[in-house]
Amino acid sequence: MKKLAVNKSTGKKISGMMIAGLALFATQASAGTLDDVKARGHINCGVSEGVPGFSNPNSDGVWSGLDVDMCRAVSAAIFGESDKIKFVPLASKQKILAVVTGQVDLTSRTTTWTMKRDTKEGVDFTTIVFYDGQGFMTRKDLGVSSAKELDGATVCVTSGTTTELNLADFARANNLNFEPVVFEGKKEAVNAYRSGRCDALTTDNSQLASFRTTMPDPSAHVVLPEVISKEPLSPLVKHGDNQWKDLVTWTINGLITAEELGVTQKNVSNLAEAQRNNPTVQRMLGASGEYGSYIGLENNWMVNAISAVGNYGEIFDRNLGKDSPLNLPRGTNALWQDGGLMYVAPLR
Amino acid sequence: MLKTTSERLGGLFSYSNLLSCFYQTLTAGIVIACAYYLLLATQENLEARHIESGFSFLTQEAGFPIGDSLISYSPSDSYGRALLVGIINTFVAAILCIFLATIVGIVMGVAQVSGNPLIARMAEVYVEVMRNIPVLLILLFVYGVVLVGLPSVKQAIEFIPDGFLSQRGIFVPRPIAGDNFIYLMLSLGLGIIGTVFFLKWAKKTLDATGKSYPTIWISLALVIIPPVITQAVFNDVLTWEAPELKGFNFKGGWVFRPEFAALVFGLVLYRGAFIAENVRSGIVSVQKGQREAATALGLSSDRTMRDVVLPQALRTVIPSTTNDYASLVKDSSLAIAIGFPDMVSIGGTMIGQNGQAIEVIAIWMGVYLCINLIISLLMNIANNKFQLVER
Repeated sequence: MKKLAVNKSTGKKISGMMIAGLALFATQASAGTLDDVKARGHINCGVSEGVPGFSNPNSDGVWSGLDVDMCRAVSAAIFGESDKIKFVPLASKQKILAVVTGQVDLTSRTTTWTMKRDTKEGVDFTTIVFYDGQGFMTRKDLGVSSAKELDGATVCVTSGTTTELNLADFARANNLNFEPVVFEGKKEAVNAYRSGRCDALTTDNSQLASFRTTMPDPSAHVVLPEVISKEPLSPLVKHGDNQWKDLVTWTINGLITAEELGVTQKNVSNLAEAQRNNPTVQRMLGASGEYGSYIGLENNWMVNAISAVGNYGEIFDRNLGKDSPLNLPRGTNALWQDGGLMYVAPLR
Repeated sequence: MLKTTSERLGGLFSYSNLLSCFYQTLTAGIVIACAYYLLLATQENLEARHIESGFSFLTQEAGFPIGDSLISYSPSDSYGRALLVGIINTFVAAILCIFLATIVGIVMGVAQVSGNPLIARMAEVYVEVMRNIPVLLILLFVYGVVLVGLPSVKQAIEFIPDGFLSQRGIFVPRPIAGDNFIYLMLSLGLGIIGTVFFLKWAKKTLDATGKSYPTIWISLALVIIPPVITQAVFNDVLTWEAPELKGFNFKGGWVFRPEFAALVFGLVLYRGAFIAENVRSGIVSVQKGQREAATALGLSSDRTMRDVVLPQALRTVIPSTTNDYASLVKDSSLAIAIGFPDMVSIGGTMIGQNGQAIEVIAIWMGVYLCINLIISLLMNIANNKFQLVER
């Protein structure tokens, strides 16, 4: 058997997975993540390999998007600066493992909050930052107006996601037959769809809207009306470090609360002075109470976070909404008082 | 100089022997202790992080669809069956690639030492280009060319009657056994038995008289003609299920999907270049005198190559080609980049859903190890056989 030499060109994906897997060996329980992050001087933040609007490097190589801004807010809350971050692009199937093994401190990567992930896979979810649902995009010239007419169609899909499972569930429930072509990354799936390998592309609707803008002729493609699943997207952290989970959760809750209160990137620096009689604003911006210290930070943590990225509404508009090429409506992602689902526990 | 028994025993228990024994035991002990510690620590960490471990998940429902399967599979089947689909896909792709890469390798290797400078240069260019490009790029390139180059499903090319070529793959008619299929098998069996006897007779005639026959063509005719006659004479022997365009795609027939075709084509192009180089070096390593002697005996250049040079070249070709086969099998894991559901792609989906990376990776390693050990075993047997030919 001596001829069985080890070859260098073994799939890099396997070795990547193996490093992640082997990292589970013999890692000692560390001090809290917050202490580690402070000592290190930056956060390791897991993001996608490129989904415009959520996490995507711009032409200067600077990461931007809604998911990215969540990491920036956490960085600003801890360090007072929004760029103390190392972004780690993760493939779909790495997003959970990377956080479990400590490769990243948090994953903010269009990840659906599911029971199994929360209970069986060693991670905790923080706060829902986007209410999404899975849909289908097809070429207009196919003349399809409903996903239920897609029987026998070839569908491009990304591996390691809830998308694959939803597709199978939808097919079974509606007695349809799909021929899936499963790709490792979103880009490969989109490319295959664009070149005509598949009749339809399926993923979360927000991402479909995002990919549609990257097509040579966006008007030749249509997102079908069916929403076949609930996809509450949330950043996630390692299970068992409650202080760190609290910090991430409440920083994001703070961004949503800030929108409720009308605290914006522009007015945050002098609002505590201006609204002396608004106790909620006073508490959030650290003018009264010791709320920052509850999560191990300075009391002006939310001032830093909001001046870095703005409130949730501003983040949404800039990356996905009316100020972005995607121009998504707020829809279910509007505040509860505007008829949406964005409703977080009170900051008090 | 003979040593007495006591001296030899004394040697066995001598100070230096005992010391080296001690060090060896110590080293082995440390390695085992480390492995044991890693195992315990991993288990502890998995428990601390509330991650399930063990292989019981293999019986749970997989829930995800697979596009290309050689056995029946639906999303309500178990993870175990899903993985089996992947293992079979990996296995089939690997075997087919090995077979085709060997043919490409031999042809290109022989072409490299061909007397025709045009052919030799072209083969050299092929080898040098393919050997020096990462295999992942070749796969992506081939897949990209396949997708861009082929027409959409509505404009499929009918390249043979009822055979269609499009972005959905290559669709060809599927043979279906009829009631009289047994006659076809019988005639095929008779043809093969006839071929064996013919080959034995031809060899005997060759040894005795030196008269040679075009054995390859006669053998082919013996195997192919009887079944063809059977098909023509009897009814209901073999019918063909033709693919038909229905809705979005062709239904029925046999299909080779673009992902599979691109994987096989890309890996064969890449690995064929390495095997070609092995074959070339093997041929060059055969002493010039052998060829000159064969020519002096009046053998044609074809037969010199086939009967004199190649059998001797095999001795140097086989060991290095074994390595190439092993690499080829491992490279097939890159299938995931172009959407072919091999074992790694399907296992990756399972990791994404379960988080049980260690178990799935262990299965991957086990399967690759098994495939490569089998290849290694077969190649070593072949190697031993050819080493004996040495004179």
